[in-house]
Amino acid sequence: MDLRDKLVSSFLAFESNVDINAPIHEIRSEAIRNFERKGFPNKKEEAWKYTSLNNLQKVDFSIFPKESNPLEYKEVKRYFLHEIDTYKIVFIDGVYSSYLSETTHDGVDVCLMSSALTKPMYRQVIELYFNKIASREESLTTLNTAFSKEGAYIYIPKSKAPRKPIQILHLATGNEAALMLQPRNLIVVEENAEVQIIERHQSLTSNEVFTNAVTEIFAARDARVDYYKVQNDNASATLIDNTYIDQKGNSNVSVHTFSFGGKLTRNNLNFYQKGEHIDSTLKGVTILGEKQHVDHHTLVHHAEPNCESHQDYKGIFGEKSTGVFNGKIIVDQIAQKTNAFQQNNNVLISDQATVNTKPQLEIFADDVKCSHGCTIGQLDEEAMFYLQTRGIPKKEAAALLMYAFANNVLESVRIPELKARVNKLIANKLGVNLGFEL
Amino acid sequence: MLEIKDLHANVEDKKILKGVNLTVNPGEVHAIMGPNGSGKSTLAAVIAGKEEFEVKKGSVSLEGEDLEELAPEERAHRGIFMSFQYPVEIPGVTVTNFLKTAINESRKAKGLEDMPANQMLKLIREKSEMLEIDRKFLSRSLNEGFSGGEKKRNEIFQLAMMEPKLAILDETDSGLDIDALRIVANGVNKLRNKDNAIVVITHYQRLLEYIVPDFVHVLFDGKIVKSGSKELALELEEKGYDWIKQEELV
Repeated sequence: MDLRDKLVSSFLAFESNVDINAPIHEIRSEAIRNFERKGFPNKKEEAWKYTSLNNLQKVDFSIFPKESNPLEYKEVKRYFLHEIDTYKIVFIDGVYSSYLSETTHDGVDVCLMSSALTKPMYRQVIELYFNKIASREESLTTLNTAFSKEGAYIYIPKSKAPRKPIQILHLATGNEAALMLQPRNLIVVEENAEVQIIERHQSLTSNEVFTNAVTEIFAARDARVDYYKVQNDNASATLIDNTYIDQKGNSNVSVHTFSFGGKLTRNNLNFYQKGEHIDSTLKGVTILGEKQHVDHHTLVHHAEPNCESHQDYKGIFGEKSTGVFNGKIIVDQIAQKTNAFQQNNNVLISDQATVNTKPQLEIFADDVKCSHGCTIGQLDEEAMFYLQTRGIPKKEAAALLMYAFANNVLESVRIPELKARVNKLIANKLGVNLGFEL
Repeated sequence: MLEIKDLHANVEDKKILKGVNLTVNPGEVHAIMGPNGSGKSTLAAVIAGKEEFEVKKGSVSLEGEDLEELAPEERAHRGIFMSFQYPVEIPGVTVTNFLKTAINESRKAKGLEDMPANQMLKLIREKSEMLEIDRKFLSRSLNEGFSGGEKKRNEIFQLAMMEPKLAILDETDSGLDIDALRIVANGVNKLRNKDNAIVVITHYQRLLEYIVPDFVHVLFDGKIVKSGSKELALELEEKGYDWIKQEELV
């Protein structure tokens, strides 16, 4: 049985564990029908031309985790940003770990999707926001919607901000030979409220893990959201990240994606601007080696006048790694005075690495500033020579140039400890210790 | 200290150096002058170890050691420093961090520990004051958005920090106004001692009024065609390079 059939038939078993009379179950049922009709995307579709899920579908994934598997904090401490105090929502093999987590209801809700979907006190928020911005067409998103049950639920009321950043950590123990996870997150940030979130998926063994995640983020007027995705999973992990962001007037949302690990990672990052004077920031650093593959598909839809979007993705590709960047910007006719910037720069440090980069601009307004640029190059030989003449060996010189290349993406990280951590991950990935942080 | 013997070098199959001979002893300052395209910058880059420049014949040695097999960083570790005509901009790396990395990598190559931070800061302060470099300058990205003069001053600042045995100044005067030229030249003069040597590569005589050479060589069509004392530079300034060209033809 292939994975699609297995998933579709598993839906019946799933239904026996959830309240099928809840209004949200209508949404799940519609979603599974859509997925059954469409199946997994294939390479004939333009959006999946360079990323194949064929091998993945041959794996016999467990769809439901058997039981929660306890982990000691010291075993997984290094996957947390432990240098600072944070709220934590931690899942082990898809099951919430209260032991490793620190949630709150103190003025803000930092808790679980399973609670939000079942408890009456959250019903209004769920009715207003759940599955309201996530695609009802895209097959992987609908697959997640069909099985949506657990994940992070974050609600920040008007003019509030949590006392500290929030970490969402998904751990996979490898107790299953192959495990599929489908976390579903909902983040609602009301007017003039603020939140910082760090998200990480981490597999602890070389057993196969396939995560198909959906995150919906709603930023109301004047809200500010900073979302950081740390993707440094091990070589048997596949991640498909579908993030949908709904922004109202004057809101400011940034998403930084640091992709250093995993076997196959697909980031579908979608921004929908629904007000004036909105600021959207999409940044990424990708450093790959071996046969790793990362595909960034971004969409920014400018639907109102006077808004901005800033995209800056940097990629460094070694060995036989492959990278994809596809950046779509839509500017509606009404969206005059839009400023939309997009930059994707790549460095190939191996003859066998590949990058496919494509800007896709659909501009229907005439008074806009849109710029885009894609580059694929090697390290500047003259710069290498310059550094070497200063006594810096070739390997360190190359790393220094790559550091410098990736640097401006890190500049906008607003949590210094996270910035330092990412710096270390970069140095580690490049195999050097430069003795300073940018 | 530096011994260049019958050096022939190509750039992409084009013969640039066609038999250069030069001996530089400790404590000496040599000026290499010549018209554009005569091979001055190629000579500097070959000494510094640029890989794209292919040595066809002859040798370059420092203190008796043949440099041919050495990478640019290994030459730097042995005490060669080249000040670039066009210093490279490296956004994201501050002048200070760059210097720390350069100095500590050189120390590492010599089996030394990293320089203690306070000592490093003291050295940076001392040398930046000598070259009248603003403190703010140190936290800027290396050469990024620097004016031509700032770039050159930064090169000499690096020279002062690294204290090489042999400094090659490639067209250091270009892009400098007279005040900056004086500061840079003063800096270089303060670094002169009986144990190090300087090779000044320049198109014009101007810089040599401040950094006074012991010897002047004229490079023309890949060869040193004339050598003399500092007066030769004045003569060149007066008569122009056509004079050399005509002499060559004769």
